[in-house]
Amino acid sequence: MNWPDRELGWLIIGTFMALGCASLVGLILRWQCGPTKTIENLNSRIVAWWFMILVFLGAVLSGPIVVVVLFGLLSLLALREFLTLTPTRLGDHRALFWAFFVVLPIQYIILGIHWYAFFSIFIPVYVYLILPIRSAAAGDVQNFLTRTAIIQWGLMICVYCLSHGPALLTMLEIPDYPTRDGKLLCYLVLICEASDVLQYVCGKLFGKHPVAPKVSPSKTWEGLIGGVTLTVGLGTALWWVTPFSPQAAAGMSLTICLAGFGGGLVMSAIKRDRGVKDWGQAIAGHGGILDRLDSFCFAAPFFFHFTRYFYSTI
Amino acid sequence: MQQISAACLRLLTGLRAEWQGCLPSAEPRVYFANHTSHLDAPAIWASLPSICRSTTRPVAAQDYWTAGPIRRFIASRVMNAILIDRQLPTARNNPVTFIRQAIEDGASVIVFPEGTRSPDGQIQEFKSGLYHLARDLPHVEFIPVYLENLNRILPKGEFIPLPIIARATFGAPLGWIASEGRHDFLNRARQSIVALMQQTLMEPLDNTPLHSAEAFANELA
Repeated sequence: MNWPDRELGWLIIGTFMALGCASLVGLILRWQCGPTKTIENLNSRIVAWWFMILVFLGAVLSGPIVVVVLFGLLSLLALREFLTLTPTRLGDHRALFWAFFVVLPIQYIILGIHWYAFFSIFIPVYVYLILPIRSAAAGDVQNFLTRTAIIQWGLMICVYCLSHGPALLTMLEIPDYPTRDGKLLCYLVLICEASDVLQYVCGKLFGKHPVAPKVSPSKTWEGLIGGVTLTVGLGTALWWVTPFSPQAAAGMSLTICLAGFGGGLVMSAIKRDRGVKDWGQAIAGHGGILDRLDSFCFAAPFFFHFTRYFYSTI
Repeated sequence: MQQISAACLRLLTGLRAEWQGCLPSAEPRVYFANHTSHLDAPAIWASLPSICRSTTRPVAAQDYWTAGPIRRFIASRVMNAILIDRQLPTARNNPVTFIRQAIEDGASVIVFPEGTRSPDGQIQEFKSGLYHLARDLPHVEFIPVYLENLNRILPKGEFIPLPIIARATFGAPLGWIASEGRHDFLNRARQSIVALMQQTLMEPLDNTPLHSAEAFANELA
């Protein structure tokens, strides 16, 4: 295990303190109002947060390889939830086999060996063209385009986009800034999840006008504006964790918030179309893995490419 | 061994059991389910609580489950399956007799009244064995089970299972109505599984028609 440098150490202490406060508030609420359904859900969400943060930090402190493996497993679980809910036909069995057992491992192996050129085009170009060939060869033409789109979309979101998180450790070279200790990934995860939580909290407290009532009645303008403002404030205040200036950190945080909000909206639209509330039951209180990762999947590629374009030397 | 196999299978298939119309019970029962995959019997068996699992015996095809040492081991040692000959149901080796004997000895059984795996996920007509079993054992609970996504995990004709999440929904027991004939009983049994299928939310792609141009125009207007 690597001992975290001072900035990462402060970030971890701050996160633990914030989560400690949340746990305390949860306990007080239960003591004051009794164990109602909302409060019990809040408390199980907080317990799940402790669990998720400990797993994530354990991986970050164990080095880049462990982070890559952790995200590989998350991709597998996310893709599994995605393909369970979005229908395919029996003729797709072989193509799905390739998606799960060939494409996904290869994407994370490329990530582990720092091969950026292939990492960035493997799924959008090669897999995009080859997997439909496999499906077509199986001979089933019914709803062909829908099925092909489902598989490609699932791979793009759950594997390609998600893999841009650990890519922050292995695919960037920033002068006078260590990327391999995972500080930038911690910053992205913190801002992205803080944005989710603060939008949820502001929405619960002040929410009145839904942004897209048909897609997600819980996403309101009040929650969006309040959550984004607070998160951008937090992201700017934490500029010392990153290679960015305070102004740039504000811009990056805003990007993460807006991409994350869009991600939540898009993934909700798929859930509504399939007639379900959550992607799964994997995390107590939160729903499925994808319910927690939806905003991250959309924010990670933006954050990675902005950082790479403006700061990285490779 | 049973515990470990069941845990592995639950991990692989992400299997969830939903007890919608009844609760798990150690009393002898007949679980009858739709059949789409060789994994069906192990899936129901693994989704039961361990106390019921040890006395529950799947009824499975002898030709498949005795081919090769691994399958034979799983069928006889792990699941304690009742293996039946699908080819020659004569009076001497009538499957119903074996199944009834197992239930009278205190076991629960898992049966697939369609007799064979459905090629397209649709529920086929039920074979009459279920009726004879119910007539012989009017006090035993017959529980409908709807299995979902097993045909996507391991469809007919494929060898490698996919890590897609499966679900087993247990419905309300089918009561025995003495005045009911064979045809009506089998119809009612089949309908109880169809009803479970219709209330689950994940529709298969085959049932979601593409928008016709006209419907699409109406929607826009």
